[in-house]
Amino acid sequence: MKNVKTLRWTRNLGLMLTVAFLSACGEEYLQSTINPVTDYGEVTHNLYVQVFWWTMIILVVVLAVLGYVLIRFRERPGQEKPRQIHGHMGLEIAWTIAPALIVVAIVIPTIQGVFAVQRPPDGDALVVEVVGKRYWWRFHYPELGVTTANELYLPVGRPVSLRLESGDVIHSFWVPQLGGKRDVNPVVTKPEGEEAKRNWMHFTIREEGVFWGQCAEFCGEAHSLMGIRVVAQNAEDFQRWVEDWRTAAPTANAPDETPAEDTAGEAGTPSSAESAGPDGGSGPGAQDPTARTTAFPDDALVARGREVFFRESYCVLCHAIEGTPAVGEIGPNLTRLGRRSTIGAGMLENTPENLEAWIRDPISVKPGVQMPGAQYDVTYEGLTFPPTNLDDEQIRALAAYLSSMK
Amino acid sequence: MSVATETAQAPQIAHSEAKGFWSWVTTVDHKRIGIMYFLTSFFFLFVGGLEAMLIRIQLMRPENAFISAETYNQMFTMHGTTMVFLVAMPMAVAFFNYLVPLQIGARDVAFPRLNALSYWIYLFGGIFINTSFLFGAAPNTSWVGYANLTSGVFEPGRNVEFWIIGLSILGISSILGGVNFITTIINLRAPGMKLMRMPLFTWMTLVTSFLLVTAIPVVAVALILLAFDRFFGANFYEVTAGGDPILWQHLFWLFGHPEVYILILPSFGIISDVIPTFSKKPLFGYPVVVYAGILIGFIGWGVWSHHMFTVGLGPIADSFFVASTMIIAIPTGIKIFNWLATMWGGALRFPTAMLFAVGVVAVFTVGGLSGVMHASAPIDLQQHDSYFVVAHFHYVLVGGALMGLFSGLYYWFPKATGRKMSESLGKWHFWTTMVGFNLTFFPMHFSGLFGMPRRTWTYQAELNLETWNQLSTVGAFIFSIASLILVWNVFRSLRKGERAPANPWNAGTLEWSIPSPPHHYNFPSLPEIRSREPLWDDQERDEVEKVTLAEPDHEPEMPSPSFWPAFTALGVVATWVLIMTGIWWMPLVGLAFTALGIFSWAFQPAFR
Repeated sequence: MKNVKTLRWTRNLGLMLTVAFLSACGEEYLQSTINPVTDYGEVTHNLYVQVFWWTMIILVVVLAVLGYVLIRFRERPGQEKPRQIHGHMGLEIAWTIAPALIVVAIVIPTIQGVFAVQRPPDGDALVVEVVGKRYWWRFHYPELGVTTANELYLPVGRPVSLRLESGDVIHSFWVPQLGGKRDVNPVVTKPEGEEAKRNWMHFTIREEGVFWGQCAEFCGEAHSLMGIRVVAQNAEDFQRWVEDWRTAAPTANAPDETPAEDTAGEAGTPSSAESAGPDGGSGPGAQDPTARTTAFPDDALVARGREVFFRESYCVLCHAIEGTPAVGEIGPNLTRLGRRSTIGAGMLENTPENLEAWIRDPISVKPGVQMPGAQYDVTYEGLTFPPTNLDDEQIRALAAYLSSMK
Repeated sequence: MSVATETAQAPQIAHSEAKGFWSWVTTVDHKRIGIMYFLTSFFFLFVGGLEAMLIRIQLMRPENAFISAETYNQMFTMHGTTMVFLVAMPMAVAFFNYLVPLQIGARDVAFPRLNALSYWIYLFGGIFINTSFLFGAAPNTSWVGYANLTSGVFEPGRNVEFWIIGLSILGISSILGGVNFITTIINLRAPGMKLMRMPLFTWMTLVTSFLLVTAIPVVAVALILLAFDRFFGANFYEVTAGGDPILWQHLFWLFGHPEVYILILPSFGIISDVIPTFSKKPLFGYPVVVYAGILIGFIGWGVWSHHMFTVGLGPIADSFFVASTMIIAIPTGIKIFNWLATMWGGALRFPTAMLFAVGVVAVFTVGGLSGVMHASAPIDLQQHDSYFVVAHFHYVLVGGALMGLFSGLYYWFPKATGRKMSESLGKWHFWTTMVGFNLTFFPMHFSGLFGMPRRTWTYQAELNLETWNQLSTVGAFIFSIASLILVWNVFRSLRKGERAPANPWNAGTLEWSIPSPPHHYNFPSLPEIRSREPLWDDQERDEVEKVTLAEPDHEPEMPSPSFWPAFTALGVVATWVLIMTGIWWMPLVGLAFTALGIFSWAFQPAFR
């Protein structure tokens, strides 16, 4: 009686779990590993599904036999000593060969998959150099002359090759919907003539969207706060994004200053220059000369912030802004910061208020961040950066300036 | 604490009736050392459990700040370090100590004082690594301590140093233990106790001991290189000087994977003894189960890079490690099938020991199969370092290793104390453990599949991972309650448990032929063994018990107690700890103590 009851209870629990699981799948998981959007992710996912069913079959068989044994062979009152069986050669061989066959069935597609996910693309791939740093990401597009941080813009349909290297400790680049993670290792200094080893990831994105990811190798205090956003756009939007990025934002420089040398132009490919032509005027705040003076009502505040950025602080030591004299490389590139959806590598929504909070006291937003606050210093790889000593007025202006660069 | 000697009768040797604190400090009796190992590891189980609870409370809500990121990092590092090095390994060693001599018909282990030394080094090392909390500098770079995060540039605090020194100390203890048990099992078997007649637990102890003496030196090398980097400015893992942090990963996992089998094989041994007893049938396919265990031990050396599929070793290396890892599933599967076949056709009884043994078969199967998933390298690229892996190895190490040790505890508790543990409390313990354990770790499969990386202090609300984490946290609370029931059961049963005869379970192996608890000399004289289950054959049982239950005219002479192992252990620990002072001659002080200890030890006669 008791057994039957237990069984029914177990079955009900199983039903409940199934329902819970199905309803859970309906929800949106931004970092789901089972919802791939690239060819690379597809390989991983197909293998997962295949192996999942093999293991389920084995699990069900083992648990069914176990359940049967536990019920059928309970000791009964007055039962004689059971027959003393020491083994059975045929059975042993059978349950050696059967798993061996299943193993072969799993290993063959696995090894095909291993080679498939590491094969470089045939076509003309867009190379992005990814640098993981404690605790943010630098994305540099050598072909396009664009450098940005934490938000990786990629075109749909064109093969992408990410070249991964770390600026400090080991990180791991993981955007689950793009496919599996790959470690971002520091580059070992090699003797002359030997090529330094770096990891690569190759994939082609199939649909537009914003895909979430984060560092997946423990890298220190703020490891959990090292987010990645991938913005996949169609070729046209991506091209427009590139064009905007290469030029200084309208408010980046004071109107009377000449922008620093435009290095981005040299790296531009002929094709991108062509497509930029018709779009140039319609791009949000592109090179329209009137935008400079009219688009930002708090122009005075922005101008004040520009002064703080370049003259009253040492921001430029670490940060760069395209088309301006700021070329620091220690921290994230701030070109067109106003367009990013988040600050602090996915930590905060990018609003001027949040930006102020961040500049004033970054550690309270992101413990472990290696950026000095208004009142405290930080030590970064042995170098101590003093407090910025910015007052509220300066911080507000600075935030306005950075937000204005859209 | 005095239970082990409670019923020793009319002893003529001071040691046998020795009581009080000092007698435990100086003991060389493997049974007392086993009990000390057990109590110490049992204590650390709750230290590690407390750390786990803080982790679970922190993760109960997204963007929570119950503990700080730095504290969290210390908690998960110490949770892993504690559970592996201070709980699972030494608790298995507690069983080795108590049982192996009894199972093979020996009066003690081969090197009783070395055994005491192992224990004291373990105790002092365990205390040392936990003193880091007093300085707010507990290790914080995870239990795998990947280079180059552990370098002085990135972690300038003392945290990593506590970890290096602590693990080095604990490693010495493990190597000494391994040497001792290999020698004991090879040399001290009773007449007729051929290798292929040994109980499975002793067999798995032998395999584990070989893994200990071969695998621990590998991590010792890794740690010493790291110590040179940190203390003396060497560059083994320093990229700018041409060192390679990947070297650490190879060394660590070359130790780390055999370590997994060091943790699980003792549990396999335990349930291979428990299941036949409560099925009233001998182990099905005894030689196959033994060979499968040995095979697992061997192949375990060739699979380490499956922890490194994301590192970028190239497709050929990845493919090799895929294949070798999958092959290990075959002997593991064989063990599970043989346990099932042992129960098939038996007359099953379900005291708590058997419940936990069956629990291991069920739960370990789940953990083993999720292991097959990430043995497939491309799948692992997603699952690696996610909560899916956290679910996997807790199914294997808690569901497999720890529950197996619980099964052994309920099974052999009467042998060690002369009293049975409460069965009603035991059943409460088992069922709350099963519910709590599964509720904690099963949802982690989902949080992992839905993108939660491990070793993360918090997660963003948008990721929708809150429900799965809350389930885990609720499960963890239930699991803690289960563990408190166990504590209550252990200490209550010590006083009030039902008195146990020599063979309360009608088991077949040799340790059940002597009184419970055993005399300090175990066997008055050595029995002649003719089969694997000498107590299940009526004639053989009579012959064996005539010897093992006899009252000797005069008690066998046993090794005399010695203070020097504990003293030497202090010296060894001091040598390592004083490296942290950064003064070059300070470790020499510790070395001098060690030398003094060894010298005095050597000149103290083994028998009075």
